[in-house]
Amino acid sequence: MNNWKERGIEKIFLLSTIISSSITLLILGFMAYMALPLLRGGLFRLLTEPWMPQQGFYGIYPMIVGTSVISLLSLLIAFPVSLGCSFLISSIGPKSLSAVFRRIVQMMTGIPTVIYGFVGIFLLVPLIREFFQGGSGMCILTAALMLGVLISPTMILFFCDSFDRVPRSYIDAADSLGANRLQTLLYVILPSAREGIVIGVLLAFGRAMGDTLVSLMIAGNSIAEPKSILDSVRTLTAHIALVIAADYESPEFRSIFACGLVLYLFITIVILAVRRLAFRKSEERA
Amino acid sequence: MRKQYVVAALAVIFSLFVLTADCISGELEAFGGQKGTLKISGGTAHIPVMKEAAQRIMSAFPDIQISIAAGGSGVGIKQVGEGLVNIGNTGRKPTDDEIARYQLKVHQWALDGVGVVVNPKNRVKALTKAQVMDIFAGRIDNWKSVGGENRKINLYTRDEASGTREVFWEKALDKGTISPSANVVVSNGAMKSAVAQDSYGIGYVSVGHIDSTVAPVALDGVIPTIKTVKEGKYKIARGLYSNTKGEPTGLTRAFINYLYSREGRKIVEKGGFIPFP
Repeated sequence: MNNWKERGIEKIFLLSTIISSSITLLILGFMAYMALPLLRGGLFRLLTEPWMPQQGFYGIYPMIVGTSVISLLSLLIAFPVSLGCSFLISSIGPKSLSAVFRRIVQMMTGIPTVIYGFVGIFLLVPLIREFFQGGSGMCILTAALMLGVLISPTMILFFCDSFDRVPRSYIDAADSLGANRLQTLLYVILPSAREGIVIGVLLAFGRAMGDTLVSLMIAGNSIAEPKSILDSVRTLTAHIALVIAADYESPEFRSIFACGLVLYLFITIVILAVRRLAFRKSEERA
Repeated sequence: MRKQYVVAALAVIFSLFVLTADCISGELEAFGGQKGTLKISGGTAHIPVMKEAAQRIMSAFPDIQISIAAGGSGVGIKQVGEGLVNIGNTGRKPTDDEIARYQLKVHQWALDGVGVVVNPKNRVKALTKAQVMDIFAGRIDNWKSVGGENRKINLYTRDEASGTREVFWEKALDKGTISPSANVVVSNGAMKSAVAQDSYGIGYVSVGHIDSTVAPVALDGVIPTIKTVKEGKYKIARGLYSNTKGEPTGLTRAFINYLYSREGRKIVEKGGFIPFP
């Protein structure tokens, strides 16, 4: 009787696992199905053509470029800053100061992205416009800077955690060999926290790629393929937000499923990379 | 003697109350006994009018709840067609296809002009239609060519679902190209704040939205104002529509009739539009 009950509960758990994991796959299938009329026109065309609905081009190439460039650049800006911050918080800074900074960073993770967007419009956009004297200030650089601020708390907290996980004995050993704090940091802590750093970077990259509001508000949303980082650009997420109001039956509307598909694949690759690294790490430990 | 004055004064005050109360119920009496929720969504240009009307109705009849959401003309049609809202507002006449697909009933209650705007600091305050077309196509890309400073022109346009964009594109640009490198903003308000912030920007908004933060640009010598649109001198204009799925009934019917009433027309005027018909 007891055994039977246990098995029943097992089955229920199995069912809920299957349901929740299959939803992810169903979403993928749904997007592929909805994008089908466009995909039939040729996946290659879709991914390489410009977006000119009036001339019959529904390609999302400019948005793919936009998303990639903005998220890579924001990572490039945020990575050194985050690394420095987490060094300070976890080892260099005095205890009391570190605690304060850690709190502030934790608070930053909770700020809604629309606020970053707003601050961007009123502070950063005019600054960039006047500094470079060309363009509207709504551009790749502005969005990347703001996204850098948005994703750095994720990275900082992740880095700090992985620094904290470095065994105390390693640091003591370095100390007893006469290494100063900087040397300990560079030659002991950093190498042993490497995997944690990579995972933090990938997660932040995923967040930068998936963010909608910041790029919608301050990247300019133009449909041209960008030539410089001062050009206005539209990301995949912003494109979805802008086109979602279009007629349901129109190819414009279909194209947002293609955008979703591309984003989905991007993020999947990032997550697989994270998994792989995390897995390898636990294997090594064992 | 003094007592009589007081009585007379009270009588005057009382009759004023009665009169104003009469006034309110005169226009709003169709809502008497109605209750429930009315959901409205769609065109951003309609929002000030919808809000004002809803406020008056709701303060007179607390049993009525009216919710108003933006989203653009496309959203308006889609949501009313699917029964998510009772009234879907559009800044363009729904296409025959849309009317047929959702059995829409179209109610036009205002005219609206779409004016080109620049930053108030900009010296350029008049353009020809040809110049506007060249600017928005990207063929003219420096303010110097049209009599302004030697700075690049920053273009602002609206998203494809926008009714304002459609009117502007059809009537001001003669369906010409809009440069792909133009910045895209999502509402009349966002357009205004973008141009108000950008000394070298140019965009377009509903005439009802033009205020001191942006400067209207005369098109072929005609400044876009409510007056010029009303007189028909300013040609870049459109109708504002409220659409219902099928013939409206109950609260929806009363609301649409209210827009056509004397008080409704005043609200429409206050919103910067021209009452229609």
